[in-house]
Amino acid sequence: MKMLESATGFFTSRLQDAIGWARKYSIFQYPFVTACCGMEYMATAASHYDMDRFGAGLVRFSPRQSDVLFVVGTISQKMAPILKKIYDQICEPKWVVAFGVCTCTGGFYDNYATVMGIDTIIPVDVYIPGCPPRPENVLDGLMKLQEKIQRQKQEV
Amino acid sequence: MQTQEKEKQTETRHMLLNVGPSHPAMHGVIRFIFELDGETIVSADTEIGYLHRGFEKMCEVGPYNQAIPYTDRLNYVSPLINNFAYCLAVEKLMGLKVTERCQYIRVIMSEISRVTDHLTCIGATAMELGAFTAFLYMMKAREFLYELVEQVTGARLTVSYGRVGGVKADLPEGFADQTRQVLKEVRKVLKEVDKLLSRNRIFVDRVKGVGVISKEDAIAYGITGPFLRSTGVNYDVRKAQPYLIYDRLKFEIPLGTNGDNLDRYYVRMEEMEQSMIMIEQALDQIPPGVVRIHEQGEPMVAAQMVDEAKMGRIAGIAQRNVLLDPTLQGSTKGFHEKVNVEDKKTVLPPKEATYGNIEGLMNHFKWVMFGHGIRPPKGEVYFPVEGANGELGFYIVSDGTERPYRVRVRPPCFPIMAAIGKVLEGGMMADVVPTFGSVNMIAGELDR
Amino acid sequence: MDILNQLKSKFSEYVIETHSQCGDATLVIKKEGVIPLFSYLKTSPELDFNFLMDLTAVDYLGREGSRFEVVYHLYSLSKNHCLRVKVDVGEEDSSLDSVSSLWPAANWYEREVWDMFGIKFKGHPDLKRILMYEEFQGHPLRKDYPVNRRQPLVKPVPMN
Repeated sequence: MKMLESATGFFTSRLQDAIGWARKYSIFQYPFVTACCGMEYMATAASHYDMDRFGAGLVRFSPRQSDVLFVVGTISQKMAPILKKIYDQICEPKWVVAFGVCTCTGGFYDNYATVMGIDTIIPVDVYIPGCPPRPENVLDGLMKLQEKIQRQKQEV
Repeated sequence: MQTQEKEKQTETRHMLLNVGPSHPAMHGVIRFIFELDGETIVSADTEIGYLHRGFEKMCEVGPYNQAIPYTDRLNYVSPLINNFAYCLAVEKLMGLKVTERCQYIRVIMSEISRVTDHLTCIGATAMELGAFTAFLYMMKAREFLYELVEQVTGARLTVSYGRVGGVKADLPEGFADQTRQVLKEVRKVLKEVDKLLSRNRIFVDRVKGVGVISKEDAIAYGITGPFLRSTGVNYDVRKAQPYLIYDRLKFEIPLGTNGDNLDRYYVRMEEMEQSMIMIEQALDQIPPGVVRIHEQGEPMVAAQMVDEAKMGRIAGIAQRNVLLDPTLQGSTKGFHEKVNVEDKKTVLPPKEATYGNIEGLMNHFKWVMFGHGIRPPKGEVYFPVEGANGELGFYIVSDGTERPYRVRVRPPCFPIMAAIGKVLEGGMMADVVPTFGSVNMIAGELDR
Repeated sequence: MDILNQLKSKFSEYVIETHSQCGDATLVIKKEGVIPLFSYLKTSPELDFNFLMDLTAVDYLGREGSRFEVVYHLYSLSKNHCLRVKVDVGEEDSSLDSVSSLWPAANWYEREVWDMFGIKFKGHPDLKRILMYEEFQGHPLRKDYPVNRRQPLVKPVPMN
């Protein structure tokens, strides 16, 4: 009995790893591009830095087909309900990347119009700081996200 | 007879379709509400403001120079032009004239920015029409230019390179040769893209005769820039009210005839070529500034200088320049004292002076401390420059204190977006994408 | 500045003052003069101001006289000259005539001034907020609006 338990444990952990491995290399991202960071996002996605190397090349423009939400650029109070709606439309499992300092903390736009960090509205998995972050920095953030996807408990 | 009766019975209604604010073909956040009759647009309502982040209010909070980082993020595709426009406006208010070398540097950097802006605009439009290759090629060219910008300013995108009374640092060594090399590469890319797009049936059919605006309408809506010039109106701030050293450069203003998307594409393509010609001319004409001066002998290591001074060997030390620790910001940029205006109240001293002698340090503190810094005289000023999308004007009101009383930017995109509903009306739904792409709407400057 | 002198003599009942600081010709007028002056500026063949380049406002809170100034920047393509016209608008009756019938460009600019400063434009076809959302209370660019008074549409999630 004991042996069987450990055997299933072994089996499920390998299955977990396999699912995590599959998931981390098939990131379907939804770029929620609002502002300046979009330029660096374009640079990262284009051939020079080539996001495709990390299995994150296929950009989906429908929240229902994607599983990673890239929030790229400042979120204003007017935009906040739309971001929330799009987050709610993405199916589980889903991850959120806060791209740029405006999404992390609000940056230097500490005023009436902007949301001070998107984590006040939706949960965030990976923060990529920088105003805007360099493409290398974005790739680093993407690798951190992949690690996180690999390590977490996989819900099937 | 029967079909006619049937038609009478069938009731047709217009359909309302919402596009945006988050939509694949909307690079930038904007919302359209279309009233459609089948595929034809009957009326279009535009809603903006999704990226309003209080630029004008934030400028009133801090001192004059602290507004410069905010100006970067207005038009984030060509931030250098915004930087310089703001600086020029403040300088006009103060009655300052920057040095000749600095004017050339500003022109060169502005034109590099204009090329990156047009590259992004055409690349993104082409991508939205399915020509992904053109997009990748143009991003490649933009990457070369970004590397150039990074060498000069230290950043790729949000550069904050302009300063009131000058620029942050002089051009690095070997900049001219490298720029010529990069321009060669960019020309190669543009030639390829020209071959890919200009006679491409699919591309031309989608853009020709689409999104037409008449001369009269464009003027009435206050549209400027490539959008206006595509209709054949010859208005360019660089020619009409020359600033910096644009009157010394030979360049042409490309004009369209029909005011449709194809003309705007041609105007932008030709403007890039003209910008590159301008950069080359400016590089030939630029007065030889001092990138690294040896007049007072080789620069000395700061710690060594302190030791020498402690031992009393101070002969000639006051004139020597200091070699800084490379971790200090700006230290590898060389000396820019011969670039910026010689006015201690306006311009931050070079980092060498700040870390090297007490006058420089005091000067630095007097400049950055709260309640000190730049104080333009009471008054108001409007200064227009030619941005990548049209006339970019800064209207600054000063009340004589260290903070601007009001900073207003005239965003080039704003009038175009006000007119876009009229341009789209009567067209097909599928024409929205190329027309909107040719506007090159930048939400940062539209909503501020 | 012959334009300024010419306008000053022609519209002497509306013009409060003129100056040309930093080389920008500026005319300050009473708000009753908006329609007659601007229609003259646009239609007169020797002035021919066909571009309304910019329209904005400045809030001079606490100064003597009227609180707001609405600022127009005009440009003539054929004559290549510019003019700045400032209109004094008081706080208690902060409204003036719209120029959107003369220049369609004024339509959105006036909406923006209403949104940011709360100055009403009489005769504007559709005066509503443009940059802020409808639920927003107050006008953010007024000097008495604190810079970080937020009115969130989505309430922040409380920390655990």
